[in-house]
Amino acid sequence: MSTEILMPALSPTMTEGNLSKWLIKKGDTVKAGDLIAEIETDKATMEVEAVDEGVVLDLLFKEGEVNIPVNKAIAIIGDPNEKIELKKEHPVEKVIEEKKIEKNIETKTENKKDDIIDTPSPKIEEDRNLSSEEITMRQALRDTMAEEMRKDNKVFILGEEVAEYQGAYKVTQGLLQEFGKERVLDTPISEHGFTGLAVGAAFKGLRPILEFMTFNFSMQAIDQIINSAAKTLYMSGGQINCPIVFRGPNGAAAQVAAQHSQDFSSWYSQVPGLKVIAPSTPYNAKGLLRSAISDPNPVIFLENEILYGLKGPVNNDINFSIPIGKANIEKEGKDLTIVTYSIMLQKSKEAALRLKEEYNLDTEIIDLQTLRPLDTETILNSVKKTNRLITVEESWPFGSVGSEIANIVQRDAFDYLDSPVIKVNSADVPMPYALSLEKLYLPQVDDIINAAKKVSYIK
Amino acid sequence: MKKLQKADYIKMYSFMLKIRRFEERAAQLYGMGKIGGFCHLYIGQEAVVVGILMTIDKNDSVVTTYRDHGHMIARGLDPKRIMAELTGREDGYSAGKGGSMHMFSKENNFYGGHGIVGAQVPIGTGIAFTHKYNGEKNICRTYIGDGAMNNGQVFEAFNLAALWKLPVLYIIENNKYGMGTSVDRAAAGLDLYKRGEAFGIPGEKVDGMNIFSVIEAADKAGKYVREGNGPYIIEVQTYRYRGHSMSDPAKYRTKEELDNYKQTDPIEIVKSEILKKKIATNDEIEKINKDTLEEIKNAAEFATNSPFPKGSELYTDVYL
Repeated sequence: MSTEILMPALSPTMTEGNLSKWLIKKGDTVKAGDLIAEIETDKATMEVEAVDEGVVLDLLFKEGEVNIPVNKAIAIIGDPNEKIELKKEHPVEKVIEEKKIEKNIETKTENKKDDIIDTPSPKIEEDRNLSSEEITMRQALRDTMAEEMRKDNKVFILGEEVAEYQGAYKVTQGLLQEFGKERVLDTPISEHGFTGLAVGAAFKGLRPILEFMTFNFSMQAIDQIINSAAKTLYMSGGQINCPIVFRGPNGAAAQVAAQHSQDFSSWYSQVPGLKVIAPSTPYNAKGLLRSAISDPNPVIFLENEILYGLKGPVNNDINFSIPIGKANIEKEGKDLTIVTYSIMLQKSKEAALRLKEEYNLDTEIIDLQTLRPLDTETILNSVKKTNRLITVEESWPFGSVGSEIANIVQRDAFDYLDSPVIKVNSADVPMPYALSLEKLYLPQVDDIINAAKKVSYIK
Repeated sequence: MKKLQKADYIKMYSFMLKIRRFEERAAQLYGMGKIGGFCHLYIGQEAVVVGILMTIDKNDSVVTTYRDHGHMIARGLDPKRIMAELTGREDGYSAGKGGSMHMFSKENNFYGGHGIVGAQVPIGTGIAFTHKYNGEKNICRTYIGDGAMNNGQVFEAFNLAALWKLPVLYIIENNKYGMGTSVDRAAAGLDLYKRGEAFGIPGEKVDGMNIFSVIEAADKAGKYVREGNGPYIIEVQTYRYRGHSMSDPAKYRTKEELDNYKQTDPIEIVKSEILKKKIATNDEIEKINKDTLEEIKNAAEFATNSPFPKGSELYTDVYL
């Protein structure tokens, strides 16, 4: 009997891989545990072992072939005397049956974990310096750090696995090689300690970029972020500022469950003394990170793991920046306003397309970009035009960024509202592991559509 | 050890006395309701900071705990402005926004004044990191209370300092009590300086009531750190005469224990040494005493007459 060797998923967010090298050839006999291939993922190159035994009957991809979907057969092993029979389809994920529970939404099944679709953004396309080449968010972040490190040797980066490993998510790739170990520092797994150290270095005049492997681990260090970094300028009567960027992935990745899938946007946005940024595209990631690194205050820079692979054009001018505190009107519209940020921008854009097609609703989308200080002017002007507002974000509902926006809008634009403001958030529970429940937990396009229908009084 | 000059003895005596008179006056103002909130006095511990400061360079940095008034005075900062911070006035070092526990002077490399137990330890380690990063020969003195020695981030900082050979001198001011809990009820293993051993950080224990012992240890430790060998820990055995803060009656210790320490009063030790060595006469000492009292009285008067911060200051200094 022959067995197929499938393209393995080597990380929670991997959907495809590149076959960098075969370690076996046709006719070889392999045993379980033998190395068979080197696969390059979005994060690293890894060796893959055989699980079954037999003779290599066929290699289905050549070395160097790229973007092979996870679970696609890449080789066949078995008894050389048997006839090869290749199965037709290998769905990327099994379709999962879900019951409607708690959240009153129409669930739909999707067959990809990483379903981020980005459509062209009119504002970005107006940029005359736009690159013809598209790069990933990961590269955009990396390039900006490198550019700023070249300009100012007071800028350095520290964090877990940022140097020799090249970044747990490859965001710091190549920085060690260019800037050396004095400016790219691997830390031990002691967030509280190295965060305090970086804050002290910033007090003394350096400009640290501190990478949290994920913002979930920033809770170990939150005392230093809030009590030391955010408050010392005030407590010192304006003497001691703290020019530091805390960055890393925030929010849900893919099936990493409760302790590794938390959104901290409203936590940090509550703190005077901090600035909070959440980029949504490679373009604004570049402009906003540059502003963050140049800012004399502590900045929380909330990235998103699923967006790291998102490609788009950027402005390659090494002085291009997007001001902190300014929202971007991603799409103009007249019927209702969606205020969103980070990964939910892409979901909101998808929802807007369907709202137009299915209900003829013309949606205005505001991408906040900065959460603190909040660009209330842009939000209010939009609401005054559309008279309807929904907020879309990944955080828990209680006291979220959307809660504050709802408060501001009812206070300052009450007479303009034709409907209550509706918030779309994650479910008010810890993040579950199971894929079916994870989808229910996170805001989906259908949730946004339902909220839009509700503010538009469409049944 | 550093050879002490006659002027050094006078300097030590004057600074220690100034700290004590300042703290006594602060206690009085607190009792009068002129100082609010938490107020932690340094009386009894004067030999520690003054002794350490006899050995340092003016470009060295320092970071300490919330028991910081004495540290600022020893650093040569103006008692008027320190007291004005305690009274929450606009002439205070933090313009009235920090208070007793949160005072800073960037121009004097004094980085606080930290209210969270243990938080200053990674921060001081980071300031030392900066000295090294910038290729400066300076060190950062990081003070730690005995209570903080059971706080996790302290050990994270020790590990980083040893790993990266940072020029940081850790000074544990062991005054026997973390608030009302004696060290032996809080720490497993009473030699706190040995807690660096696991990281390869050398350390020693010193009598903190005797300034000459403190100077000797600080001199040796300072050289070690300045030469690029990495961190060093000095545990200074000291004692606070007053409670943890103004509201603490200190019922957890006996009067005999307190009286016993007062027998080895750090200021008296210096004074008798000055007289014994005939560095100054009794009359000259009396003049220092009188001048110090006067200076602190003036500081109190300044601090109670300085204006309160204007309402418009509420929203300044949040961002630069």
